[in-house]
Amino acid sequence: MIQKNIVVKNAIEVRNLNFFYGKFQALKNINLNIVEKKITAFIGPSGCGKSTLLRVFNRMYDLYPEQKAEGEVKLYGDNILHPKRDLNLLRAKVGMIFQKPTPFPMSIYDNIAFGVRLYENLKKQDMDARVEWALKKAALWNEVKDKMKQSGLSLSGGQQQRLCIARGIAVKPAVLLLDEPTSALDPVSTSKIEELIYELKNDYTVIIVTHNMQQAARVSDSTAFMYLGDLVEFNETKKIFLKPDRKETEDYITGRFG
Amino acid sequence: MKNIKIYNSRKRSNFIGLSLSMIAMTLGMIALTWILFVLISKGFSAFNSNFFFNSTPAAGSAGGGLANAIVGSLMIVASCTLISTPIGILAGVYLSEYGDRSKIANITRLVTDVMLSAPSIVIGLFVYAIYVSKVKHFSGFAGTIALSLLAVPVIVKTTENILRLVPNTLREAAYALGAPKWKVSITVILKAAKSGVITGVLLAVARVSGETAPLLFTALNNQFFSTDMNKPISTLPVVIYQFAMSPYVNWINLAWGGALLITLTVLGLNIFARVFFREKR
Repeated sequence: MIQKNIVVKNAIEVRNLNFFYGKFQALKNINLNIVEKKITAFIGPSGCGKSTLLRVFNRMYDLYPEQKAEGEVKLYGDNILHPKRDLNLLRAKVGMIFQKPTPFPMSIYDNIAFGVRLYENLKKQDMDARVEWALKKAALWNEVKDKMKQSGLSLSGGQQQRLCIARGIAVKPAVLLLDEPTSALDPVSTSKIEELIYELKNDYTVIIVTHNMQQAARVSDSTAFMYLGDLVEFNETKKIFLKPDRKETEDYITGRFG
Repeated sequence: MKNIKIYNSRKRSNFIGLSLSMIAMTLGMIALTWILFVLISKGFSAFNSNFFFNSTPAAGSAGGGLANAIVGSLMIVASCTLISTPIGILAGVYLSEYGDRSKIANITRLVTDVMLSAPSIVIGLFVYAIYVSKVKHFSGFAGTIALSLLAVPVIVKTTENILRLVPNTLREAAYALGAPKWKVSITVILKAAKSGVITGVLLAVARVSGETAPLLFTALNNQFFSTDMNKPISTLPVVIYQFAMSPYVNWINLAWGGALLITLTVLGLNIFARVFFREKR
């Protein structure tokens, strides 16, 4: 078990987490630790609660009054479910990339600078450097360096998604949440983004929700299999895919259901 | 073998439906082109330099133009736009982004709907009662207030509807960067819906620029050239109303010219709104 390894540091610790959409309970008593600077994948059939769990980590669910979380989620020791917690500061620390690309209706440059300007007062050349750094990290710099003033909406779908990743990285969060980041993309863009995700773990703790099991196997260090709101199995990715402890995990991975 | 009978009956009902909608469309087009044709044939002859540079003539006299009414209308509509645009857009942002399903938002929505369908003459009488009768004189300001009361609900309604079309994923993406709510609403959501909101404003302006009834008891009329908004001021709709009912041929011709001018302006605004702020991509 990775949790027993004393040198690893947990970025996120989830304790007895229950989640409700109105009266419907979508997460049932979840307990898990997310290790710092590793890639953790959540897999499971549609409706199993993997995206719901992801959206607890930056409290995105708070936008919708009927959604409610109970329990404890600690980000480097601080309980993020505390009602007095400042959500804007939390979200600046825990970035999120969505399933569909969501460029803002502004220039490519401003798309990246938008988040940075919220919390940092950078000089023009420092901001330029930050934008370039983020775009290079997202492997988009070469394609857009001559059209920074163009609208972010003018890019292709794969480029838009990399723009969104660059935007998420530019604010230098501690944790990056990826909610099926490649499900709307073609194979070429997908492999570019997977390479990028792999790169990211040098600096960030990455949590990725995916429907694509090969993707989970390719990029992640540990994998959580969820089913009907339960965390069925959580272990090193190799172990989950080669020799899972639970029968449900094996059935799902081998494609017998889901 | 597929059931060809079902297919044929569907083809028939498709043809009937298509024909009915074509007929409806043609009727609408006929009405519009007829109005335009009559206006152009009767009003175009009034368009000359006098029409645009001279003020309204005295009863029964020849010559003159509508300069005072054109300038008065422009001033009143422009100040109405300046007042109602920020109020309408901010209220729309409130309803869509902040109020949502709260009680105060629902009440605001109800009031907006009632205002939208309120007869414009009632708005004119209202402004007469609360403003004109207190200051004891008609004025351009009173007309501006009356037209703003008509324009604000239109802008509120279109702004809210357009903002609701912005997908929630865009809001979530902005919140995910740690942006505060006002910043998300103004710099991301309102910006994403910019063209729709501007179209709504232009359509509201087009609508109020032809209103007559609310100006009758507020701006009244002025046969002389005046740009003093605190005095009665001449406007195109009121001049048309007054001149068209007169027995004087010159006045009647000027009324036709004024009607054509308003119609062309409103038509132009509508086309401008549609062409220049069309959703790109």
